[in-house]
Amino acid sequence: MIDWQYSESIESPEIVSIKKKYSNYIGGKFVEPKSKKYINTISPSTEELLSKVPLSNEQDINSAVKAGKEGLEVWSKLTPNQRSRYLFKIARLIQERSREFAVLESIDGGKPIKESRDFDLPQVAANFFYFAGWADKLDLSWATKSLKPYGVVGQIIPWNFPLLMLAWKIAPALATGNAVVLKPAETTPLTALLFAEICEQAGLPPGVVNIVTGDGSTGSLIVNHKDINKIAFTGSTQVGKLIQKSLAGRDVGLTLELGGKAANIVYEDAAIDQAVEGVVNGIFFNQGHVCCAGSRLLLQESIHDQFVKKLEKRMQSLRVGNPLDKNTDIGAINSKEQLDKITGLVNEGVEDGGELFQTQCELPGNGFWFRPTLFTNVQPSYSIAREEIFGPVLTTLTFRTPEEAVEIANNTEYGLSAGVWTEKGSKILWTADRLDAGVVWANTFNKFDPSSPFGGYKESGFGREGGRHGLLSYLKASS
Amino acid sequence: MGNIKTFGASMQWSNVLEMVHESRIDSVGLNERVNSLATRSIKKDSKLEALNMVVSMCDLTTLEGEDTEGKISQMVAKAIKPNPLDNSVPSVAAVCVYPSLVGIAKEKVQNSNVKVAAVSSYFPSGQVPMESKLLDTKYAIDSGADEIDIVINRKAFLEGDYRKVYDEIVALKEVCQDVHLKTILEVGDLKTYENIRKASLISLAAGSDFIKTSTGKLSIGSSRQACYVMLKSVLDFKSETGVKAGIKVAGGIRDAKDAIRYLVMINEEMGSDWLNPELFRFGASSLLDDVLKQIKKLKTGAYQAGYYFPRG
Repeated sequence: MIDWQYSESIESPEIVSIKKKYSNYIGGKFVEPKSKKYINTISPSTEELLSKVPLSNEQDINSAVKAGKEGLEVWSKLTPNQRSRYLFKIARLIQERSREFAVLESIDGGKPIKESRDFDLPQVAANFFYFAGWADKLDLSWATKSLKPYGVVGQIIPWNFPLLMLAWKIAPALATGNAVVLKPAETTPLTALLFAEICEQAGLPPGVVNIVTGDGSTGSLIVNHKDINKIAFTGSTQVGKLIQKSLAGRDVGLTLELGGKAANIVYEDAAIDQAVEGVVNGIFFNQGHVCCAGSRLLLQESIHDQFVKKLEKRMQSLRVGNPLDKNTDIGAINSKEQLDKITGLVNEGVEDGGELFQTQCELPGNGFWFRPTLFTNVQPSYSIAREEIFGPVLTTLTFRTPEEAVEIANNTEYGLSAGVWTEKGSKILWTADRLDAGVVWANTFNKFDPSSPFGGYKESGFGREGGRHGLLSYLKASS
Repeated sequence: MGNIKTFGASMQWSNVLEMVHESRIDSVGLNERVNSLATRSIKKDSKLEALNMVVSMCDLTTLEGEDTEGKISQMVAKAIKPNPLDNSVPSVAAVCVYPSLVGIAKEKVQNSNVKVAAVSSYFPSGQVPMESKLLDTKYAIDSGADEIDIVINRKAFLEGDYRKVYDEIVALKEVCQDVHLKTILEVGDLKTYENIRKASLISLAAGSDFIKTSTGKLSIGSSRQACYVMLKSVLDFKSETGVKAGIKVAGGIRDAKDAIRYLVMINEEMGSDWLNPELFRFGASSLLDDVLKQIKKLKTGAYQAGYYFPRG
């Protein structure tokens, strides 16, 4: 018997040059923060300090919104066709520099290079290409008298797909004629700042895209700024609620893309081996830092034992480690804070009586890591079955009939996504019809396309991103 | 019908039927998994280890009407010492020939550890009466074959007569006794993944020691997708019966890179137990030379021309 270990195959980090200190990108220029304060950004896989980025204060946000208004003046006078050309140019530049972006994303955020290279970056470019195509076709899209951009849009994005969430926000906003002030997440600001270079390279008029970094306080300053016309937020339900409260009574548009606790329903007549793959992809993709992750596995009782056995075996082959190793399947947990949260919830799950399975892989010494985890023997009342864990932790529940599956799936305050696994087409349609979820995947999971609208039901938010529907999130229509 | 006790059959017919009827495969998901395994980056030491494994798992094959004693002698010499200038390169697992050439191959392998495999049962079509298949196989075994590669009855399979497919293999295994039986599904004829799974399970249940993708005589040979379906069948069969069967991929695997992708799939899906010539083989004619060139390149940095390697 041979124990064949793969040698390290590291994607070279030489391609990126990380500065010691970064500035905000405001009005087409890199400007030092008036706050004179900075926050550290570290690599979650080594805990090394990578750089310092501005902790922007009120004055910085004032400058950014002001620059946005000036940028809007120029941007709104361009023809739709001209705006489209800028977006196409950005898309092409991203493709040209995609390896650089992918490596930086993996260093700053901890996700495996195979995902940043094969998923994030192709999707980022695709979103700019897609919305570039819409920019000069807006009038053809809806039977309304007029469609107007909001103006200056504040965009606050999370740390799980830093550059992709930027693309989801900036591409449709610019295509519809808005200017933006975007704040990347505190732990993952570097690719957004590199994107500022792309804006420069593309010759985008100053002020159309402004990127300011900071923490939650900075985000709050954007939300509460008097001249902001719309807020688009992706992040936790808790913060989403705060934003909604702040905006109540003001004439500011809002779209929220929040948490999830998706049910992945596997019927006994599913193609089992592919369902196992889909379940693995659904929860372990991007360390489970995915708002639409399939975190609740709903198994029909008749296949429970067989399925769990296959799933545990498959989990053992997941390779956890250095995000820059091309053979890594699961990278680092994004931050210490997130690791603590995951650990806390998993401990609660064990205390509640859930049966814990964790893979026996070796974990690196430094950095934030969590073993792929599966809970069985879980009751719907346990916190691991209700709360969003946002980590590589899968919770298994069982059901007896399709009716019961739907009932359990919908028994949550969230409603972002769901999965259905069966070889029977009619059962897919029956189930999908009854699930309160913005996206329902059938015999697959975590599939994205810029043309497909994404967004939630219930406490998972409102508004849609992507597709023709995504344009409406940035347009005021009057009939 | 039903519960006939036979030599070598690993599973009774009624149980086979049950497993066969539960063959559900989603081709989109399957392709996704197979393609994702192909992105593994195998470098440095792990690559050299893989290349040596591939050599040790090769069934060096010639199955042509023009085969002569001279050709077989050449091939056996190469099988024993694939690279005469580098003793660290292992011998291949076996040579694979037609029954009439088993005698000469056996004579030439002498006391090396290279085995002699014979294709029988009227390879590649199998379109003869059962008596002829048995005779063909018996002849190969009497000539000294260590391993027998047979083809399944695709006529019966595609007509839906799975029982006939099973019974024929059972009968051939009875002739083989302890001689290793590899059953060729000819996946290029079966076309769908469900068919490949059904044929895999039937062949395993009937007592095959190995299941093998292809004869190499069709334009559609082995594919990593077909191999994936087969390895899942082998694993499911093992969890039902405890029997650990092997897999041989053959037909169209021409370069080292492709071969390594098969190894990755075996390693990650089945585990290192199967990374072993006793349980995994490559049917190869042109593959071996590319692997030898890659080994040389890893060791010296030079990618040598074909004429540096003795022909087989």
